[in-house]
Amino acid sequence: MASPTEDVLIRVEHFTAAYQGSVVIDDISFEVYPGEVFVILGGSGSGKSTLLKHMIGLFEPVSGAILIDGDDMVTAGGDTRARILTKFGVMYQQGALFGSMTLRENVRLPLEEFTDLPDEAMNLIADMKLKLVGLDAFATYMPSEISGGMQKRAAIARAMALDPLILFLDEPSAGLDPITSAELDQLILRLARSLRITFVVVSHELPSIYAIADRVIMLDKRVKKIVAMGPPQELRDKSTNTWVRQFFNREASAEATG
Amino acid sequence: MLALETEKTASLGFRVSIDSGTSTLFVVGRLDVHTTGGVWQKALRVIEESHPDRFVVDASGVTYCDGAGIALLLKLQDRQRSAGGSFAIVSLREVFHRLLDLYGNIPVTESAQGTPTRLSFVEQVGRVSLEVGHNLRTLVAFTGQLTVTLFRAAAHPHHVRWRDMWHAAELAGVNAIPIVALIGFLLGLIMAFQSAIPMRRFGADIFVANLIGLSMLRELGPLVTAILLAGRSGSAFAAELGTMKVREEIDALSTMGLDPVRFLVVPRVLAAVTMTPLLTIFANLFGLIGGAVVMISLGYPLVTYGNQLLSAVHMGDLISGLSKSLAFGLVVAGVGCLRGLQTTTGASAVGESTTSAVVSGIILIAILDGVFAVLFYSLGI
Repeated sequence: MASPTEDVLIRVEHFTAAYQGSVVIDDISFEVYPGEVFVILGGSGSGKSTLLKHMIGLFEPVSGAILIDGDDMVTAGGDTRARILTKFGVMYQQGALFGSMTLRENVRLPLEEFTDLPDEAMNLIADMKLKLVGLDAFATYMPSEISGGMQKRAAIARAMALDPLILFLDEPSAGLDPITSAELDQLILRLARSLRITFVVVSHELPSIYAIADRVIMLDKRVKKIVAMGPPQELRDKSTNTWVRQFFNREASAEATG
Repeated sequence: MLALETEKTASLGFRVSIDSGTSTLFVVGRLDVHTTGGVWQKALRVIEESHPDRFVVDASGVTYCDGAGIALLLKLQDRQRSAGGSFAIVSLREVFHRLLDLYGNIPVTESAQGTPTRLSFVEQVGRVSLEVGHNLRTLVAFTGQLTVTLFRAAAHPHHVRWRDMWHAAELAGVNAIPIVALIGFLLGLIMAFQSAIPMRRFGADIFVANLIGLSMLRELGPLVTAILLAGRSGSAFAAELGTMKVREEIDALSTMGLDPVRFLVVPRVLAAVTMTPLLTIFANLFGLIGGAVVMISLGYPLVTYGNQLLSAVHMGDLISGLSKSLAFGLVVAGVGCLRGLQTTTGASAVGESTTSAVVSGIILIAILDGVFAVLFYSLGI
């Protein structure tokens, strides 16, 4: 696990985001350190996926800065933006593999577009990445021919095609059975520990968070801010915030029970 | 005590009694989702007509009650309390009381509050104008982006995904030949047949060849092909890109640093621009064959029809038609892809994009055809 004394890889400063005209996140700041598994946590509608989509440059914030390895994602254009984009890979909630391509072609795509590697080298690299996620036997399969869990693993392989510094994962456990979900957690830990990839994961699956997270931030939709930050076990045991404790102990809120 | 009314709906009945400021509604039978609707308005009318200080629902005869029954009780309570009176439910069985407690906190809304505010005519015109303005702005911006990307593709042809382009060309072009040929043939046949009968009365039936030749090559061939392309391929492009948008594949391209316009739109537009003139040639050819069938059946030899055709139409007619079809192809594919990329979220979004692609495509074809007519007239083509 990384410590705050190390260099900062991602720095989010005074970030405010709106969705369809209403503010969902109000003036938050946090940092992500190299090599850590950083989880963005929160209830439904707390804006955690919105935050992720801002961090990867799909949305423009109302105000604030998102510095990725020193470059501001918000103001970057042209070459700077292209350089930032090569520093991270993204796994979307549904995998977002291209349905008209085989798994190998999906993983090859970033290599085809951004490198001048010969054909056989690209195939080899694509197969290596697929082997890393345990899908080397399925290289010639179409995404529709494999299961949801396998699609997510293939999406991680594609996101790693250009050996990025950071991997953003949007709800990796969503729609998976507990065993497949646990396997995916193991894969994330293996990649984080062995390749020193920094993971930024959006999730609300508690078992998965305990398994993988070095640090978490918790977003609360009522105050639209970060209400807790730190290792998940510490927040569960020591947090003074009632909502945080309820979340970690899976207790229903007073509102829901009436 | 005065019995006012007795209502019976299937297995639900109620009776009302009014006694010195207190109205009592006796409910007997099943108060469920099937029976409640029949007594809803009548039960509410009791409060409105008798204005009681105290309204009591005697539920001792209720044998069954579900969510709909509780909804009626809550509504009666709300109506009575808002009229300033007191409300009570008596003798409701314990099991149904639990249901009442469960739903009891839900605020009762008047149906008038639930209906959306009706917009005035001016507001509606304003909203539609804003929407049209926004659509036009998007269309202009997309056209600019597409033009720049097409120029870049011309400067760096190796950046074009040719495999996707040929695949799209096969789907939009080769696979469309049978339908284009059939419609072209029928168009030529019907037009020739309908015009030959009146023209024959004046001994002018040989000029059917002129009519078919000029109308097919200059106007109908390109127009029908473009409309078929809009219905067949414009919608397919919108659905394909729309599904990719819903499945976050477009976002994945963007975060990989790949421009969706270059990656997805350019191959499809190039395919449509290449294939539309070729399909138009097929439509023209089969239209002329349709005309020939009628002329032969009228007793003219094929060579006579052919000679008349060659004397009537010129290379300029063919080229003007084909140049129009190039523009039609560009517009149909462009707007199909634009609608696909504009797809929002939800199950109906892709359907809406597809419909919008076909409608916008056909409208733009009609506008463009008008522009070409004026242009060709001015240029004397």
